[in-house]
Amino acid sequence: MLLDDTSHLDELESHSISLIREAYRRVKPLGMLWSIGKDSTALLWLVRKAFLGDVPFPVSLLDTGMEFPEVYAFRDDLITRWNLQYQNEICPPESEMDHSLPPAGRAAARKTEGLKNLIARERWRGVILGIRRDEQATRAKERIFSPRTQSGAWNFRDQPPEFWNYFQTEVEDGEHLRIHPLLRWTELDIWQYTKRESIPYCSLYLARDGKRYRSLGESNITFPISSNADSLDAIIQELKETNAPERAGRAMDHESEDAFERLRASGYM
Amino acid sequence: MTDTLTAVFLGHVDHGKSTLVARLLLDSGAFPEGRLRELEAACQRRGVPLEISFLLDAFQIERDQAITIDATRIWLNTPNRALVFIDAPGHKEFVKHMVSGAWEANAAVLLVDAIEGVSEQTRRHLLLLSLLNVRQIVLVVNKMDAVKFDQARFNNIENEIKALLSRWDLSLWAAVPTSAKDGDNVVRSSERMPWYKGPSLLTVFEQLETTPIQVAPLRFGIQDVYRKQEQRIFVGTLHGGPLHAGMQLQFLPNGQHATVQKIVRFPEDEREAHDGESIGIALDKPLFLQPGDVASKAAHAPHVATEIDATVFWLSSHPLQLGGQISVRLGERDSIATVTMIHEKIDMDTLAYHASVELQNNDIANIRLRFELPMVVDVRRDSGFSRFAMYDEHLVRGGGIITSIVTDLRSSQRSANVSPERGLVTLEQRFRRYGHTSGVVWLTGLPGSGKSTLAKQVEALLFARGWHIFVLDGDTLRVGLNGDLGFSVDDRAENVRRVGEVAALFARAGMICITALVSPFEQDRECARQACVAGNFKEVFIKTPLEVCEQRDPKGLYRRARLGEIESFTGISSPYEPPAQPQLVIDTSTEDIEESVETLYSYIVATFRAD
Repeated sequence: MLLDDTSHLDELESHSISLIREAYRRVKPLGMLWSIGKDSTALLWLVRKAFLGDVPFPVSLLDTGMEFPEVYAFRDDLITRWNLQYQNEICPPESEMDHSLPPAGRAAARKTEGLKNLIARERWRGVILGIRRDEQATRAKERIFSPRTQSGAWNFRDQPPEFWNYFQTEVEDGEHLRIHPLLRWTELDIWQYTKRESIPYCSLYLARDGKRYRSLGESNITFPISSNADSLDAIIQELKETNAPERAGRAMDHESEDAFERLRASGYM
Repeated sequence: MTDTLTAVFLGHVDHGKSTLVARLLLDSGAFPEGRLRELEAACQRRGVPLEISFLLDAFQIERDQAITIDATRIWLNTPNRALVFIDAPGHKEFVKHMVSGAWEANAAVLLVDAIEGVSEQTRRHLLLLSLLNVRQIVLVVNKMDAVKFDQARFNNIENEIKALLSRWDLSLWAAVPTSAKDGDNVVRSSERMPWYKGPSLLTVFEQLETTPIQVAPLRFGIQDVYRKQEQRIFVGTLHGGPLHAGMQLQFLPNGQHATVQKIVRFPEDEREAHDGESIGIALDKPLFLQPGDVASKAAHAPHVATEIDATVFWLSSHPLQLGGQISVRLGERDSIATVTMIHEKIDMDTLAYHASVELQNNDIANIRLRFELPMVVDVRRDSGFSRFAMYDEHLVRGGGIITSIVTDLRSSQRSANVSPERGLVTLEQRFRRYGHTSGVVWLTGLPGSGKSTLAKQVEALLFARGWHIFVLDGDTLRVGLNGDLGFSVDDRAENVRRVGEVAALFARAGMICITALVSPFEQDRECARQACVAGNFKEVFIKTPLEVCEQRDPKGLYRRARLGEIESFTGISSPYEPPAQPQLVIDTSTEDIEESVETLYSYIVATFRAD
């Protein structure tokens, strides 16, 4: 096996581009969530490829005000460079969240509420997101075009059939589709693609003083891992060797056995 | 990683699929760190022993009821390839999840419980795999520990599965006896089954094919039209190919022609595009094209159909009724369709066909659909333009694959809608009298590969045995029946079509007909296959290498083709598309003539012998 052979990325890229084009053609109005992380930034790059350089719909950050300063700086730079129609969505404050939730769960709930507000106000019928199946076990069961009820709930017990690249592309008024063009990608694919295409990424992913962030969330509930990977090549090498899960540093996943399932069933990304 | 194999796991509920997948991960050391501890905690809370299948059954309800609700995906990297496992639920009511999981697989693992054996679900899964065109099948007989590792039990199940597979034109790639609970033959070989000499399941995964053997004809379905710098760019996914600037394309259903000016991509345009790529194209003239139009090369264009026959699966509790209307999406094109006939429904218990006036949830049936708009379609299993989805009230209700075209707008001079007259003598009566069944044995291969020689010798042997057999030789027929045809692509297609029709008539007369034609194009052979009753057409690939054929050159044609005296000579100046799934392959360069004759003779006797 050639370590640097990335030809399988061509297939992933083409499939994602066709999904993005399918969403744009059939689902209107359409928006996209951009968490400023590695996945949704690679997804933005794929959107630019799909539309030959443009991003023809608004992109939003669900902003809790708690992102790392480096994340905000990276965001501002890319908005200008890629000429994005950017909409900052301020999430409701923590004081309005269910107090019985554990702390990280409350932060996730803020984003869920922010997303509900955003979709309701913009009347989006579709929202493109950069989640991947290999991140987390309930995401592994997701559809590419995944319908959500009025309340944003995910009916995982009765998902629509999806075969031969035919999708459910319409919903009732008030409902919306979550569109997931990166479902087939793995974390390693994303980094190999980021390197191959020279896609910009936030510097927090690179190791400094023996620590780096493998997954980026709010600064108060996300923790760095021990790592000396201070370049893309080093990250790729690290991922080929590690057995630790990607979201190990994300507190919201670990507060109870079904923490993430409950977050997602109620509308989290 | 150059190579990704996607395998779907199928089997009845409780036969241990999730356990098998989890065991593959555990024993190959790929079980994610920390996950084992999480699972131990989850099992402790429920007061049950460690259940490794919880790794895949992520939902609470799945763990509480110990079942899998929706298909999931698991990644495993071996030194040689990336494996993606799709674990599909086995419940009867969850067939739609199975379909959603299985369509993107290169291979299927069919899990059968050693105690319970083959079930109704297994039959339904096989039929769906055949529909979804998943051709590589691995049988795993699990829970061998519960039958005391009995080899006879394993052999019985393997034979039963083999018999089922042959009904759907599928074949068994490997059969592995396992005990997933303990890991026997999953990653490590089992000491408890010394009689099994084959590879472990993980080794099988490293040996399966990951890419289709052949590339289908060029198709470019227009997904959308963008405007860039005052130019119209048509975007979509290329199938077949390659496609390059300067190539002439035909656009259906309207039949306009234009030349590709450039292939548009971001950040850089390209000269050439390949199979599977999402691209844009700019044309040399301003054609009015819409999403849903399909580009191809004129010589190998798809059909434009308003009525088709299809095998469909229905996935909704709202029945589909005879005379009912649905919306069909095929490629990038949508049309309202009316169910004009329900030919038959397949009974999953007996595999028998039954008449019916409606399809219910999980039914598989052969039906006829009439489209409101002309649809651009193919009739070949490896083409995306033969597969469609059915919608009702914007929900996906089912899918189907086209088996034949009833009304083709591109060949309206052909006798559409004429129903053939049926005689009083049935095929079965003919079979009883002749002592064998009937069909077409279609030999295809390069000029000089030995088709005619083989056909003549096998004909003599079978005739001596008392069989009713006749050979149709391509060159001989060109003197009479096909005397008006040349060697252009269209004439070749017509040549093959006529021979296909005549051969099918011989089969209907109760005889065996061997044809010996180069028949270089898959699409033309598919057309001949369509002329036959389903299953009666046997494709035999005479796979002799070009160098050997050219060296033999029995008629001096290769020499003349090399000198440029013969235009479009297959193998030299015209392509040969090898069959993707021939029923038999014979290489006359590695076997001598007696061996080749014996192979073909035995195949025909085994296939058409009356039982």
